[in-house]
Amino acid sequence: MSKRTVQFKIYRYDPDKDQQPYMQDISVELEASDKKLLDALVRLKVVDDTLSFRRSCREGVCGSDAMNINGKNGLACLTDVDSLAQPIALRPLPGLPVIRDLIVDMTQFFKQYHSIKPYLINDEPAPERERLQTPEDREELNGLYECILCACCSTSCPSFWWNPDKFVGPAGLLAAYRFIADTRDQATSARLDNLEDPYRLFRCHTIMNCVDVCPKGLNPTRAIGKIKDLMVRRAI
Amino acid sequence: MVNRVVVGAHYGLKDWLAQRVTAVVMAIYTLYFAINALMLPAMTYEAWSGLFRGGFTRFVTLLFFLSLFYHAWVGVRDIWMDYVKPTGIRLVLHMLTLLVLVGYAGWVAQILWRL
Repeated sequence: MSKRTVQFKIYRYDPDKDQQPYMQDISVELEASDKKLLDALVRLKVVDDTLSFRRSCREGVCGSDAMNINGKNGLACLTDVDSLAQPIALRPLPGLPVIRDLIVDMTQFFKQYHSIKPYLINDEPAPERERLQTPEDREELNGLYECILCACCSTSCPSFWWNPDKFVGPAGLLAAYRFIADTRDQATSARLDNLEDPYRLFRCHTIMNCVDVCPKGLNPTRAIGKIKDLMVRRAI
Repeated sequence: MVNRVVVGAHYGLKDWLAQRVTAVVMAIYTLYFAINALMLPAMTYEAWSGLFRGGFTRFVTLLFFLSLFYHAWVGVRDIWMDYVKPTGIRLVLHMLTLLVLVGYAGWVAQILWRL
């Protein structure tokens, strides 16, 4: 790909200066080596250095540069800039308070994540080496542990939009099942108790926006279904 | 009262399961009823009301409507929980929904056994 100019429409809001958020029309010339949306944003930063966005690893591992790209949540560093219809509309993740431009306040998101105790609970004394699992038991964690907490899923979920303070959200529930499914964890029953709630778990109405947007190809809806299956198995 | 976010009511599984079970009941009844209605010799009032004269049909029709009302209760309550934030208004809406659905259930029984 040679040099080309790309048109953007970017959500801008600086609470110190702006009364209202607005959409800024801006274009940037990309070099042949610029492949991803994040490359273009870094170029844009040269044109307009007031533009604010988060980024760190630039390879889909840190989850910092999640944003709403042409109406769909995704990671700027994993999105091919040439695959996008122009002008490329960039907005902050929906449903979370905007701090500035494309940067949102993720406090609520992480509060929900922490509420499911995202760590191994095991009261037995730690063995000399590691706690072992069979390969089959380990297999169950695939598709769960890979979550990078970018919040693309939870911020595309209408249930999370309406009740971010009460509904754990797809990212938190995926993490919850990651520990429920872990044979080394001993708090399964307490974890299920913690989630058995009309708001915390049962706000999920299986619309699967989370699956549609996950940049890591994970399936929170399936994990939520498995939590419900375990609750049914426990109850009847 | 302190203004804190409270969760942890520890219910929801039964309603979630019931919503699925009632959906299956309604799907099966819809098939049963469609087949029976299509097999009617003529679309007259006599033939139509004759459909409901059998004890079994009345029984499964009542089950269908009870399933429908339970299903509707869970669904409508979910809508109130999603969109109505003030607890007082939500409680009133919950109660009104329940009362209407219980009233409908009585009405259905009366209609079915009148035919």
